[in-house]
Amino acid sequence: MTDLKFTADHEWARLDGDIATIGITDYAQDQLGDLVYVELPETGLNVTAGQEVVVIESVKAAGDIKSPFNGTIIEVNERLGEEPEKVNEDPTGEGWFYRIQLSSDVDLDSFMDESAYQNLVSSLD
Amino acid sequence: MFAPKETDQTNRLCHSRHVKHTPLNDLHHELGAKMAPFAGYEMPIHYTGGIISEHHHVRSRAGLFDVSHMGQIRVGGKQAGAWLETLLPADLINLEAGAQRYSFLTSDSGGILDDLMVYRLEDEYCLVVNAANKEADLSLLQERLTTGVFVDPRQDFALLALQGPQAAAALESIAPAVKHLTFMTASEIRIAGIECCVTRSGYTGEDGFEISTHETSALDLASVLLALDSVEPSGLGARDTLRLEAGLCLHGNDIGPRTSPVEAGLSWAIPASRRSGGVRAGAFPGAERILKEIEHGPSQKRVGIRPIGKAPVRAHAPLLAPNNTLVGEVTSGGFGPSVGAPIAMAYLPSTFAEPGTTLEAQVRNKALPVTVCRLPFVPHRYHQKT
Repeated sequence: MTDLKFTADHEWARLDGDIATIGITDYAQDQLGDLVYVELPETGLNVTAGQEVVVIESVKAAGDIKSPFNGTIIEVNERLGEEPEKVNEDPTGEGWFYRIQLSSDVDLDSFMDESAYQNLVSSLD
Repeated sequence: MFAPKETDQTNRLCHSRHVKHTPLNDLHHELGAKMAPFAGYEMPIHYTGGIISEHHHVRSRAGLFDVSHMGQIRVGGKQAGAWLETLLPADLINLEAGAQRYSFLTSDSGGILDDLMVYRLEDEYCLVVNAANKEADLSLLQERLTTGVFVDPRQDFALLALQGPQAAAALESIAPAVKHLTFMTASEIRIAGIECCVTRSGYTGEDGFEISTHETSALDLASVLLALDSVEPSGLGARDTLRLEAGLCLHGNDIGPRTSPVEAGLSWAIPASRRSGGVRAGAFPGAERILKEIEHGPSQKRVGIRPIGKAPVRAHAPLLAPNNTLVGEVTSGGFGPSVGAPIAMAYLPSTFAEPGTTLEAQVRNKALPVTVCRLPFVPHRYHQKT
């Protein structure tokens, strides 16, 4: 079990105080296939939950990643510009997308823990 | 996120409409393929290694593709060649047995109803047509049928493509006769005791073969080929990146009923005998427009597009001139694994079609700079007759 929180949109968040690190899940990267492009937001950008902040493109498809939180982008994983494949290789580690400083309290009950997320994924297959 | 849900929904919808299976469907599942509906068939998009690794394997060694969804139609009878010439701008009357040509079914307005491969085996012509168009192609042929010609839709035949620089060595090790085949030739050859019809051609820009066999032999043939040194299974995802790098058209994207062969840069497939002044000039659907465009040039041309950044520019992206006017549209686009960068194809008016011209592609409300370039992106490496 990990300390990650999951969304129904196949994102994960690792919370550390009022800072969250965001990425996509192993299931999501597997469904997308080989990533070839990741477009990250500018640091300093203020975002609201539900706002599209990252664009990802695989060989097969393009899509948007929405922010699960209100807050300010404080750091992005610049490495993905040259090495988008890190998302496929290590989605919950080196393939993280950005860090966001939360501007409002987060209702953790609205997120899934790992076992709830795994149940969701099994129901999709 | 979007893609996982969409894919699953599409899959479910298609299952409920009785999606068709090729004779190798079970094998694809055993090999761990990610399957998706394509032209009414459940087809392997990629296997466990993923599209990029399969792409590189075909460029460096050899890949085996199941393309049994494609249509294989035989046309025979004394008048078959002459009759086919009323539908295709090709020289089929004089086509030698064992020779293969690329051609297209044209519409009365000079568009491309379908593009196809046609080869001759003694008295019969064998057409290989696109999966999505095979029913329409067959209806067209049957509608125009005349006495002395028969059309046989060989629905019980599978088609496998073995592609890559090591395809020939691999296939020769079990079927030495294939070494006599050169690019765009065909022959009936036994492979491991299985009756096959083999052409030296493909859709990847690499040397390779397309092998037709009865559906009851398809699994045996695929197993024999996959057991060969250097051969790995490859899916439709890699087939698409390979053909895009090779500058080859996908019907429905890069060519269609509204684009003429001349606009598409495919005039090379129309021989002198069918052009103005030729011995059997014209007399195919749309000849008026097509021959006029050959003489005077088309109003737009298919070109290569290289996005300057790393973001892929995909089909339907508008292309803008520096003064912000719309000048064209991307017809196929994505990432070229061998190029290591995004690549695309588009149609542009002649004034903007010069290699080196800079334009902007509109992607997600951003203007991305792109350069017009020559096709193909990766040189063809066919086994030409010397």
